[in-house]
Amino acid sequence: MIEFSLWDILRNLLLATRWTVLLSLVAFIGGALAGILLLFMRIGKRRALRLFAKCYVELFQGTPLLMQLFLAFFGLGLLGIDVPAWLAAAVALILWTAAFLAEIWRGCVEAIAKGQWEASSSLGMGYLQQMRYVILPQALRIAIPPTVGFSVQVVKGTALTSIIGFVELSKAGTMVTNATFQPFTVYGLVALIYFALCWPLSKSSQILERKLNVAHRNH
Amino acid sequence: MSLIEITEVRKSFGANEVLKGISLDVDPGEVVAIIGKSGSGKSTLLRCINGLENIDSGTISVAGAQLQPDELHLKALRLKVGMIFQQFNLFPHLTAGGNVMLSQMVVKKASKPEAEAMARKMLERVGLAHKFDAYPDELSGGQQQRVAIARALAMQPISLLCDEITSALDPELVSEVLAVVRELAAEGMTLMMVTHEMKFARDVCSRVVFMHHGRVHEIGPPAEVFSNPKTPELKQFLGML
Ligand SMILES: Nc1ncnc2c1ncn2[C@@H]1O[C@H](COP(=O)(O)OP(=O)(O)OP(=O)(O)O)[C@@H](O)[C@H]1O
Ligand SMILES: [Mg+2]
Repeated sequence: MIEFSLWDILRNLLLATRWTVLLSLVAFIGGALAGILLLFMRIGKRRALRLFAKCYVELFQGTPLLMQLFLAFFGLGLLGIDVPAWLAAAVALILWTAAFLAEIWRGCVEAIAKGQWEASSSLGMGYLQQMRYVILPQALRIAIPPTVGFSVQVVKGTALTSIIGFVELSKAGTMVTNATFQPFTVYGLVALIYFALCWPLSKSSQILERKLNVAHRNH
Repeated sequence: MSLIEITEVRKSFGANEVLKGISLDVDPGEVVAIIGKSGSGKSTLLRCINGLENIDSGTISVAGAQLQPDELHLKALRLKVGMIFQQFNLFPHLTAGGNVMLSQMVVKKASKPEAEAMARKMLERVGLAHKFDAYPDELSGGQQQRVAIARALAMQPISLLCDEITSALDPELVSEVLAVVRELAAEGMTLMMVTHEMKFARDVCSRVVFMHHGRVHEIGPPAEVFSNPKTPELKQFLGML
């Protein structure tokens, strides 16, 4: 039987971590772009779009991410579309991230005092101008900490894609365990790597929150 | 011809009829004080004139521009009437100068130097030229309200609507804001102001409107309204103060 050194294990896990990082980035960036679109539908003036965005968000927030992954992977397969695991994983995570970010951002936009809308209206600004120059710059400020905070959820969410066979960190952990029969060591390392990815994110979210609060009080 | 013509305006919130047929004409250069107890519809009336609330029936026109709920008509009207709010509503992410410049650039498409020159002039006019680069939360309430006035003036409106603009201020800051308003009145700006400053209304206003339960209950020059109220409601209101 071949002996695996700790370094062998770690090296394999780190190689797979690349895919976790890449998938997280794709999900977060794609989700942010789709989330902006959803946000504008959700707070816009068109009733049909508002309703659509609301249903979308509720659907994705109200079902487990795992089911969404299954549906993206097997569902599209049933329709005769052959989806590779990476594509299903990316699409499902993007759609899921979009729902949560849109909802976080909606809260931020709605936290802006009504007086800001009224003052800008009374100065003759139109809806898009108000959004662009008055509401969003303020909403963006308060949105940064929770948005960065949510990116932690995205990183952890990528672990689920191992179930549809995408080889990222978790899946690699399972594979390495099967080869080495050292589950405790392997999963311990996997957990450490996740922690190393997530902790800086959640920490910076906290720091940003504190910074922006102070900045808001006395510029 | 009147500058602001309000004819038979009605407005309800659900089953609550807040304005029950208001008619009021304001001439150019007039300063009209609106008084009345809480809930009588004073704010709602001002907000209707500016299109912040839609009216249910009746008409409002300002210098010939009719109030209509579409964005184009609203914008035309809002360029003629500025509004100052009780809570100042400055944009907290912009400096005082930025606050005064923004709508000129966005709405009137003024160039940045033009907008800045105008902003400096308007801040000068309210005595805050030196606060051009200060953020709203670095200013006192009175200074914030004066910036808000400068911001409205920069759009060169022909009339200003003021809704209890000194009510959120500490007593010692009220006079600096009223001094600015007094000056505007002297320069011939048409003003409609909801106010609890009876002394100011008596000194500066050409007419006083007493609103009661959504109607113009009594109207006249301040000397008459304050010294010789005709209706028991106004007598009670004045006695109450
Ligand atoms: N957006 C709204 N929705 C529902 N009701 C409203 C709304 N705005 C005002 N009202 C109601 O309309 C009535 C008149 O309100 P308004 O603010 O015009 O009174 P006001 O005379 O300005 O009083 P105050 O002196 O307290 O400012 C009140 O009964 C109030 O509850
Ligand atoms: Mg009021």
